[in-house]
Amino acid sequence: MRVPLSWLRDFTPVEAAPQDVARALSFLGLVVEGTEEVGPPWPGVVVARVLETRAHPAADRIQLVDVDAGNGEALQICCGAFNMKAGDLVPLATLGTVMPNGLEIARRKMRGEWSNGMLCSAPELGLGHEHAQKGIYILPPDLVAGSPLASALGLGADVVFDIEIGPNRPDCFSIAGVARDLAAAMRLPFSLPRPSPGAVVPEVAAADVRIDPAAQDLCRRFTGTVVENVGAAAVPPLVSHRLALAGMRAISGVVDASNYVMLELGQPNHPYDLDVLGGGGLVVRRAEPGEALVTLDGVARRLEPSDLVIADASGAPVGVAGIMGGSVAEMGPATATVLLEVANFDPLAVSATGKRLGLHTEARTRFERGVDIELALLAIERFVELLGPHVRRGPTTDVGRGAPVQPPLRLRPSRVNMLLGTELSGEECRALLAPLGFVSEADGEDAFSVRVPSWRPDCTREVDLVEEVARIHGYDRIPRRMPSRPVAATRLSAYQRSRRELRDALVGTGASEAWTNTFVATADMVATGLGPDVALELENPLDQSQSLLRTSLLPGLLRAVRFNRERQAGAIALFELGNVFCRAEAVPAAPGPVPGAGTIPGVQEWEQVALVVAGEGAGSQWVVRAFEVLRRSLQLDSLGLHRQDQDPSPGPGALVNTGAFHPGRVAAVIADSSPIGLVGQLAPEVASRYELNGPVGAFVVDLAPLLGARRPAPPALAVSRYPATDLDLAFVVDDGVQAQDLAKTLAGAAGDLLGGLALFDVWRGETLGAGRRSLAFRLRLRAGERTLTEADVSRVMAAVVQAAADGHGAVLRQA
Amino acid sequence: MNAIEQATAHGRDLISAASTLAELRAVEGEAFGKRSRLAAMTAELRGLGPEERRQRGQELQEARAVLEGLYSRRAEELSRSDALRRAQAERLDLTEEAWRFAGAGGPLAGVLEPPVPRGHLHLVTQVRQELEDIFVSMGFEVAEGPEVEDDWHNFEALNMPPHHPARGMFDTFYLKAGQSESVVLRTHTSPVQVRLMESRRPPIYAVAPGRCFRRDTPDATHLPVFHQLEALVVDEGISMSHLAGALDAFTDAFFGPGRRARLRPSFFPFTEPSAEFDVTCWVCGGDGCRTCSGSGWVELGGCGMVDPAVFEAVGVDPERYSGFAWGLGIDRLAAARTSLGDIRELLDNDIRFLTQF
Repeated sequence: MRVPLSWLRDFTPVEAAPQDVARALSFLGLVVEGTEEVGPPWPGVVVARVLETRAHPAADRIQLVDVDAGNGEALQICCGAFNMKAGDLVPLATLGTVMPNGLEIARRKMRGEWSNGMLCSAPELGLGHEHAQKGIYILPPDLVAGSPLASALGLGADVVFDIEIGPNRPDCFSIAGVARDLAAAMRLPFSLPRPSPGAVVPEVAAADVRIDPAAQDLCRRFTGTVVENVGAAAVPPLVSHRLALAGMRAISGVVDASNYVMLELGQPNHPYDLDVLGGGGLVVRRAEPGEALVTLDGVARRLEPSDLVIADASGAPVGVAGIMGGSVAEMGPATATVLLEVANFDPLAVSATGKRLGLHTEARTRFERGVDIELALLAIERFVELLGPHVRRGPTTDVGRGAPVQPPLRLRPSRVNMLLGTELSGEECRALLAPLGFVSEADGEDAFSVRVPSWRPDCTREVDLVEEVARIHGYDRIPRRMPSRPVAATRLSAYQRSRRELRDALVGTGASEAWTNTFVATADMVATGLGPDVALELENPLDQSQSLLRTSLLPGLLRAVRFNRERQAGAIALFELGNVFCRAEAVPAAPGPVPGAGTIPGVQEWEQVALVVAGEGAGSQWVVRAFEVLRRSLQLDSLGLHRQDQDPSPGPGALVNTGAFHPGRVAAVIADSSPIGLVGQLAPEVASRYELNGPVGAFVVDLAPLLGARRPAPPALAVSRYPATDLDLAFVVDDGVQAQDLAKTLAGAAGDLLGGLALFDVWRGETLGAGRRSLAFRLRLRAGERTLTEADVSRVMAAVVQAAADGHGAVLRQA
Repeated sequence: MNAIEQATAHGRDLISAASTLAELRAVEGEAFGKRSRLAAMTAELRGLGPEERRQRGQELQEARAVLEGLYSRRAEELSRSDALRRAQAERLDLTEEAWRFAGAGGPLAGVLEPPVPRGHLHLVTQVRQELEDIFVSMGFEVAEGPEVEDDWHNFEALNMPPHHPARGMFDTFYLKAGQSESVVLRTHTSPVQVRLMESRRPPIYAVAPGRCFRRDTPDATHLPVFHQLEALVVDEGISMSHLAGALDAFTDAFFGPGRRARLRPSFFPFTEPSAEFDVTCWVCGGDGCRTCSGSGWVELGGCGMVDPAVFEAVGVDPERYSGFAWGLGIDRLAAARTSLGDIRELLDNDIRFLTQF
């Protein structure tokens, strides 16, 4: 909301510098987002006295006007208006003046006669009096010729604060409300002046306004006043000027007065042209089902019985209550008599209707937060006062009046001090609340009974009063201390520590961490070989192409890798840890532990780790090594890789991601005999859809079972001091035999003497036959307490050769 | 068997005899395409009377549809088996590499592996871990919660009943799950507060970092997916002065000594009193510069005393216990600390960006 400082001064005598006022407002919670210094309006425009009007010798649509611009000399102006006479005071735009519309005034000849400036109409000055006065703006007779127009009309430089008002402060959607808070914080007096409108004219009819019985729950108060002779009504220039500063355009006397009252007091109101209202009155009622109305913005609106409409006395709708008037009874140049509606509507009803119609208006903003029910009569008086002495107003009709009366609140200063950490006395609390309109009376010992003013519907509990005390006392005056809890050792949970170690291990492989969007497109999933139908869908995506929750980290990582390759990155490895999501029925129960996940019906959510590597040197070997690095760094001893097609009951991560991998170059990560993820090369068509050439390696593993496979801290193993013997054995096996299985068999057969096992050579050749290969293992043998003997070595060799032959049909290759 | 049935049987034989995709494509024309018997019979329809033409035309159409169905099923089967064949042909035993690598770094290592430069943790992770460490050192535990939440934890238990106007402060993403607008992507980390208090009794001293979602169009300072750090303290005798003190201690640890936190009144439905908190600008130390738009302060997040309505929702006695909470943006801290002009760079994952930190 834009708030001119001069307007605040109508209510409180604030003299502080603008930046201090801005700071004070911000520290009340009325955040000043901008401070704008505005010079006086119309520089270059002065008050001039008309000396003589003369016919133009060569034109009859313009005349010559001699004016005195303050120096007593006659200045000739050519003018197209004829409404002034000698002695009138008029605004003169002197040479060099730039008009509000950008026109620069220069000395020029019109049909052979010099014009030394321009006489101005009200609209040319941005004053919206077009209905009231045609032609040049005739100024009040008591001004001094030659003085700048702005100062002559009482307008000066100003400062406008742009204030963000929170949803909890309905009263601050008004200049008066902001001024009340400011006065309290700056310890200044505040007063709401009583307007002095003309007396009620008995001949003017009382307004016919009614609330339909079926709408009484949605309309708390409905008041109306008939005002006649508004055609000639003009609001003071100050009103138009302040509206402009507040960001509203001046339109006509009646509309300007209406808007001014809303901004000043926070009471939305609506003037209707009485002569076009059927039956000459208004009724507020629920809309008929399917009832339609064209609002002031020219849009046809369909209404429902939960909406409140303003209808004329004949039943025709003329406005959506509390939101926007209809175009039928709009004010026009011919309007002579208005019926001013000032009402109070149910906030939730206005909010629901406004939301459904997608209509954001100043009135809705105020009503849906709650307008002070006591404001109505004051608003009417102020409206009539602004229209000046020439209008004639009738008596006000006031119906409804179902003000919810708030019971007084009990405030314990001890509670204030407990919650704030302050040491305020009861008297201090009472004095802090008083300027905001809260009236406190002692209620027993150490407590007050506090009456909440009608403009503060947000204060319904003791704690709300505590906040008011804190605000006016000043948050910056609250002392600071650390909570003094009993000392307790805290640390990250085992899971959280493991997760950090995992990140560190992955970084150690040379991969860098990415974080990618949780939202993916159906096209991303299809491109990655994932089934989009298991994904959860957003009801209201920002962008239709980002409407699914990721079921896997792979699409995001692949996009990130492509992004980098497009920018000439060479080989690149990226990893991510993050949550993924599936429809509950689509996958087996998600592995924990995201605390609370699993309680949301229809949703599986779990944490995953994935890595993608592309470019020169990427491929399945790279990721297998990277996976081994993290397996060994975290002592995930029980994890193993296994051919992916062997296990029937994969976990969700392994299940969802199968389609992304090359079916012949993927291994399952096995924990507790269940696949918890996949390692390998992505399917070539997946890679090519991301414009990645050559093999692309990846792994994706569900995090909780991965970290759950950590072995507990091992007891230290005694290191043997005796020499070791290495046994190199090459076995010829079918391609169907996995190196992993053979290695485990060898290890089992070698028994306690085995101190290390690694594959050092893989060889294929015609001599071995098609579909067979040689796997050469090195076995390091040692004993803890003695030197190995020949017999030991022979025994182990015999045992492993036998076990390999029995288990895998392996034949020892003769060197 | 009439002529149509014979033609159909012939087409079926051709389709089932194809053993590769290429073979299948080669027989399409003869089975039911232009060169098929069905096509020839269709051409002959012209010579028939209207009634007969209609009936026979329909029979031919049905026969063709049957064959088309067979064809596409067979094509699917063959492409699967082609893929399997290819997979079989390209099959690698990935466990070989694992066992080859088993010697590396141990006593069996034949040659040393060449060293590789370490990769980099994401800037947001680094800041998150630093924050976690600071709060752990202050006696807080680190809690977590789900990113997909129900209405109760994200709104209702936080003093935002259905239709509460404050819900408008959050532009919420809803999921097509359960009842309409009942399952949301959490708009803040505050639901973790509710889960903590539901799961145990005070005292609670916890922070909860995590990912949040709001339906904001991305720009230089907003992402629809972002990270927050929530703090929650609930104990006997906790006051707003403890909130201010804890923020000061955090500010000191994170930004360095001499930095201060300051509170300004604000509004959140789940705290009362509520505040925004600013910290001394870390660039200029409070003198005023571009980072802080001359004010000497930078806004970091929202905070306040836990609203009694929240305590009531989770069954904590607000007369016995009180508490404070705050939320701050991790990405914003990361961006601020590195003078990052456009927060969207955090999501690009450009390797040149990632490896700076």
